[in-house]
Amino acid sequence: MASVIIPENEAVAVKLPTDWASPLMRGRVAARYRAERLFKLLGLAALSLAGLFLAFLLFTIVRDGWTGFKHTEVRISVSYDPALLGVDPAAATGPGGLEAIRRGDYIGLMQRAAAQLGPAANVVSDGAWLDLRQMVEANPAVLGTTQTVWVPVRSSIDLLAKGKFDLKEPEISRGVSNDDVASYNLLETRGLLKTSFNTIFTGAADSTDPELAGVWGAALGTFMTLLVTIALAFPVGVLAAIWLEEFAAKNRWTDLIEVSINNLAAVPSIIFGLLGLAVFLNFFNMPRSAPLVGGLTLALMTLPVVVITARVAIKSVPPSIRDAALGIGASPMQVVFQHVLPLAMPGIMTGTIIGMARALGETAPLLLIGMRAFVTDTPQGFASPATVLPVQVFLWSDDVQRGFIEKTSAAIIVLLVMLLLMNSAAIYLRNKFERRW
Amino acid sequence: MSLSLILVVVLALGAMAYWLGRSRGAAMVVAGGHRIGAVHSLPGYHGAWVALLALAPALVVLAGWAIVGEGVVTGQVLAAVPQDVRPVTPLDTSAFMNEVRGLAAGDIAAAFNPAAEAVAPQYRAIRGNYNLMVGALALALFAIGGLWAFSQVRPDFRARNRVERVVKWGLVLASVVAILTTFGIVMSLIFESIRFFQMVSPVEFLFGTKWSPQTAIRADQVGSSGAFGAVPLFWGTIFIGAIIAMIVAIPLGLMAAIYMTQYADARVRRVVKPMLELLAGVPTVVYGFFAALTVAPAVRNFAVSIGIADASAESALAAGLVMGIMIIPFVSSMADDALTAVPQAMRDGSLAMGATKSETVKKVLVPAALPGIVGGVLLAVSRAIGETMIVVMAAGLAANLTLNPFSSVTTVTAQIVALLTGDQEFDSPKTLSAFALGLVLFVITLLLNIYALAVVKKYREAYE
Repeated sequence: MASVIIPENEAVAVKLPTDWASPLMRGRVAARYRAERLFKLLGLAALSLAGLFLAFLLFTIVRDGWTGFKHTEVRISVSYDPALLGVDPAAATGPGGLEAIRRGDYIGLMQRAAAQLGPAANVVSDGAWLDLRQMVEANPAVLGTTQTVWVPVRSSIDLLAKGKFDLKEPEISRGVSNDDVASYNLLETRGLLKTSFNTIFTGAADSTDPELAGVWGAALGTFMTLLVTIALAFPVGVLAAIWLEEFAAKNRWTDLIEVSINNLAAVPSIIFGLLGLAVFLNFFNMPRSAPLVGGLTLALMTLPVVVITARVAIKSVPPSIRDAALGIGASPMQVVFQHVLPLAMPGIMTGTIIGMARALGETAPLLLIGMRAFVTDTPQGFASPATVLPVQVFLWSDDVQRGFIEKTSAAIIVLLVMLLLMNSAAIYLRNKFERRW
Repeated sequence: MSLSLILVVVLALGAMAYWLGRSRGAAMVVAGGHRIGAVHSLPGYHGAWVALLALAPALVVLAGWAIVGEGVVTGQVLAAVPQDVRPVTPLDTSAFMNEVRGLAAGDIAAAFNPAAEAVAPQYRAIRGNYNLMVGALALALFAIGGLWAFSQVRPDFRARNRVERVVKWGLVLASVVAILTTFGIVMSLIFESIRFFQMVSPVEFLFGTKWSPQTAIRADQVGSSGAFGAVPLFWGTIFIGAIIAMIVAIPLGLMAAIYMTQYADARVRRVVKPMLELLAGVPTVVYGFFAALTVAPAVRNFAVSIGIADASAESALAAGLVMGIMIIPFVSSMADDALTAVPQAMRDGSLAMGATKSETVKKVLVPAALPGIVGGVLLAVSRAIGETMIVVMAAGLAANLTLNPFSSVTTVTAQIVALLTGDQEFDSPKTLSAFALGLVLFVITLLLNIYALAVVKKYREAYE
């Protein structure tokens, strides 16, 4: 047995056991636990900050926007005098009556009716005469009678009624004139104002006047655009996923396709706008601002998302299903379309909905293909000018008129609710149909 | 006869062809006494084969006409316009033809241009004639294809194999769309950029420090030259997307991920995960509105309060802050993936040695996961510099080369939007410069993505 030789002239360091009870070690342990707690707190703070920000964002938007779903109306009595209006009651009911009714002088009618309000005559919205015309169109019998109608007021009066101005501030900085405040107070004391659900906002399209602007046109445009997107991205994406997952041989072409798809998923959305502009508008001469082109552009953007999620869903179907179907004589094509695809469908649907939700919030590519057009009517078809909700939000946020702040926030609420519905649908589908094999 | 009507008719006939083929197939099954093997393919495949052969050529003809038709008709209509009132520039032509189309379709009652009014009936006639011809051709092809396929329907005809081969080609075609899209992006960007670089030298574009794309309409106008030095734009993009946003997003995202993976119990995760997903799902235009309306004034007030008198209402800081918050969920989920990929044995080893959780995270997990985290951050940077709406709404359009976060800067994406909205002339360097900017953006984000994905992949393999 070899003994360890310790040189005589070297001192041997004696390793004493750590004295954990010593104040020094206690202090060290305490410091380490403090650091631990601090670190944990930091993590919690980071999460809370993100949560607080989300809460603050939603809070400001709801605070500014929920009043956009209400509007203020003023009561006036309108006497539909056929002579002054220039509409012959007999002609109005006959054939071509609509034409005759449309030719009437409703702006003058509105002005005469508003004059009863005295000094507050200018509170009526510039577009209120359209309401009067609509009344006659709906029921020509009102000609020659006097009717009490509620018409929308101008935006500044509307905002006054909603308490959006700080009246203690001097006139110059509070954004509303003394005249308007006086008119509002006069009408309010006489009880001529009422606040009701804003059917203009939910039923109309864009306008230069905040009180006449609505989101329905943009919502319809969004719907049509997304319809084109899903009609293209879903089938093409699923078919491409089937090819890559089930049939493609491993070769250079397949690699090229996979690399393309992965890169397209990460390309900034605005690049797709440039593609749409250069290819669809300039090369193929498709119409500007149309849902068709917007949908095509967004479809190209959504396609990689659909392909990637569809591949994951197809891959998760166990091979035993395929083997069983092949074993009883199904062709590979029948295996895929009759067995694998139906089983993968919930996953594919979830991915598609998530991709569509992304497309729904997308703004930049649509700006480039001209969907920022000022469209005062609901879109007429897939090739006619339209706008979409996020672009409408962008356009209104750019507007200097104060009334549009409220409209912008209200439009954002509509957009967020749509997004929430789509995401809830995706989560519901995932939970209901997801299978663990 | 409108094109869509022809399409509906053809599709309806296609359904009929399917039904005919199917019925004949079913009749063969009956004639064969339902014996297995008497008829090769199921009736549905015979129907599909007949419908395919009938529809395919007809639809190809219709699609081709839908693409080139308008051009052919426009050319003929313009030729019919007298020389002296014929529109010259592409912009005029497009406006003129829009009026003609509107008149022909009855959408507008009268046109500004009397010449348009004059040719509107001609447009309608030419269009109608061509549509009739194309429709007749499509129907003829439909009949030929359908009859030929129908004559093939026999018990031993391998309809299923034929149909499946067509479907297979359909799958290939769908896959090729991705390559075509990439190809389209690259070609359109390069093509327009080359036109731009014929007017402005690439050296000036890439290294010049003065950006003022306003070119004069008339030659004698002041400041007619237009300067296309994009360095201030590149700097603004990096300043907002890669510096300010990342200063916000990296610590918050990383700490959030560490808390989620190491400390939070399942209950907290159930609440927080959807919250982060919600934060990631908010459209960027909403962030932009929030940045412009709430954050930017607050930042400006802050700047004034610390004594910066000329603080701009649109600041790099406001846009960068909000963009950083937008990126948090992205960074956090990438860091989450990287941290959970670290083998459990490493964590256990560290804890067994007596290290606290935070020490384990700082000394073991983060160093081990660093490549994955760096890859995730690079992906986040690539996303931030491609982000558009926040900078369009909150960062402004002033091309300043500055280090001051309270001043207004502009980015590549904001300039692309500014240059391409409104009326465009596709022969002016102003419009074309947007494509050159797009090309730079595309190349940079592509390189970042490829590099980041390679880093992440290599790191994953190291632990597998």
